[in-house]
Amino acid sequence: MDKLDILAKTENLDTVIDFVNQHLEGTGCPMKIQMQIDIAVEEIFVNIANYAYGSGEGPATVRVQTDDEGKMVDITFIDNGVPYDPLAKDDPDITLSAQDRQIGGLGIFMVKKSMDDVIYEYRDGHNILTLKKGLK
Amino acid sequence: MTVNVNYENQIANMQVEGRVDTTTAPDLEKEINAATEKAEVVNLDCSKLIYISSAGLRVLLSAHKAMAKKGGRFELTNVGEDIMEIFSITGFSRILNIK
Repeated sequence: MDKLDILAKTENLDTVIDFVNQHLEGTGCPMKIQMQIDIAVEEIFVNIANYAYGSGEGPATVRVQTDDEGKMVDITFIDNGVPYDPLAKDDPDITLSAQDRQIGGLGIFMVKKSMDDVIYEYRDGHNILTLKKGLK
Repeated sequence: MTVNVNYENQIANMQVEGRVDTTTAPDLEKEINAATEKAEVVNLDCSKLIYISSAGLRVLLSAHKAMAKKGGRFELTNVGEDIMEIFSITGFSRILNIK
């Protein structure tokens, strides 16, 4: 298991993505899956950076763990910000025309669609969000 | 991420290379906004686009709307398979002009 403690701000996005990709290196995971994971990591981390601590700043922890055979990865994000379940939000209506499409809500929707599982819980003052994705 | 733009009469030929994410999307937005103001047709070559998150999708949707509003056209060309899947998942493949 690898763990990264970092200030939740968008300037640190590259550091978080590099951290996750370093862990994925050597698992032989296809580029496409790596891209899906990177997107999911970006959407979740940027969400924390933008909303968890209001206009202030706070920490985030990112944990990455692959199973023994390197077939599955769990990526967990932990912050101490305001309780917020991003999964509770309604999915955007993707059948609308361009003029009617809203700009928001796309990020979390992409995460839900591309990951095998996304789990949120609020425990002991922490938002804990876990992404699960098969690597083969 | 890098963006190249060539103007040819009323057509802006753009090419985006690399990753369009939260950090780089504002740069793409600046270039696309300039193009949508000047040109009647904006063509974005995506052959070297390897990554796009929701921040980038927002830029594409705004460009599409801006061109539609002024009676112009925003087109994407040479969209790779992995990027196309993102467009499909998000419904963008039905909204955007993808050639």
